[in-house]
Amino acid sequence: MDIFDVYKQMERNDILLAFKGEVTSDLLSSVFQIMETKMDNLNEDPKLKRKVYHILVEILQNLYHHLDEISEQDGDINKSAIFTVGKKDSDYFIVTGNFIINENISAFKSRLDEVNSLSKEELKEFYKKTLNNGQMSKKGGGGLGMIDIARKTGQKLDYNFLEIDNKVSFFTLNIKISNQ
Amino acid sequence: MEKYTIEGSPKTPNINFDLIGGILEIKGRSIPENSIEFYKPLIEALENYSSAVKPITTVNIQLEYFNTSSSKCILDVFKKLEGINKAGSAVTIHWHYEEDDEDMLEAGEDYQAIINVPFKMVMVNE
Repeated sequence: MDIFDVYKQMERNDILLAFKGEVTSDLLSSVFQIMETKMDNLNEDPKLKRKVYHILVEILQNLYHHLDEISEQDGDINKSAIFTVGKKDSDYFIVTGNFIINENISAFKSRLDEVNSLSKEELKEFYKKTLNNGQMSKKGGGGLGMIDIARKTGQKLDYNFLEIDNKVSFFTLNIKISNQ
Repeated sequence: MEKYTIEGSPKTPNINFDLIGGILEIKGRSIPENSIEFYKPLIEALENYSSAVKPITTVNIQLEYFNTSSSKCILDVFKKLEGINKAGSAVTIHWHYEEDDEDMLEAGEDYQAIINVPFKMVMVNE
């Protein structure tokens, strides 16, 4: 692998931060801190900074919980993930990629599509309903993450599943955060 | 138990619960990965308090950030307060938000719509 190629590609895509590997709680603490300091150094508008931070926490913790759950379901699955945070002009981009077990896709996809079908007001109601009635996983994932991300970004969730083999696919999520 | 206190951390808030004065304060950030574990002792402290409530219970919530995992636990805290209100203590939840933080105000209003306890929205100037 030519690391300079990787560097140039990241440079071309305005990447501020990139990671590949196993996602741990300590890693996330560091990433949140790094991004907070970066945005302070860029003198980012407090509203945008708050929004980016909030969404970053939600996306990466979603990823963390997902990887935790699938490794309980199947110990052999690759727990490695990738994510990047970029900034182009005044917009921030967060992209994540991780493996997902094929049999989990249809339920997950219908959930994403449901979120994408809702208007701003409907998302607010759906959030409240899920908050009040939804079941929580034993560590505290509650299915609110994607609804929250859609609410905070004001945009549809841009996702893709790439089938790797008959067991797993690679899931990518592409989030744009603008200061509207 | 007269006081229940938890020091804040980069991912968890300061919690001060004065069971004698009937004052509960939650301040800071609440973004732990495992929020259930973090909030469990507070839920238990509220359960203890509900068997010997003060006439007035004042709750101050001043969060800078909270994740969706915490939002469920905060709802559980508020549900306990709803029970305490029913048990004869006049509960008021003061929900603080920074002047330009509409999302935080909206989050408070979401709770207000679900929980049957008086809320006061308190704007904080940075």
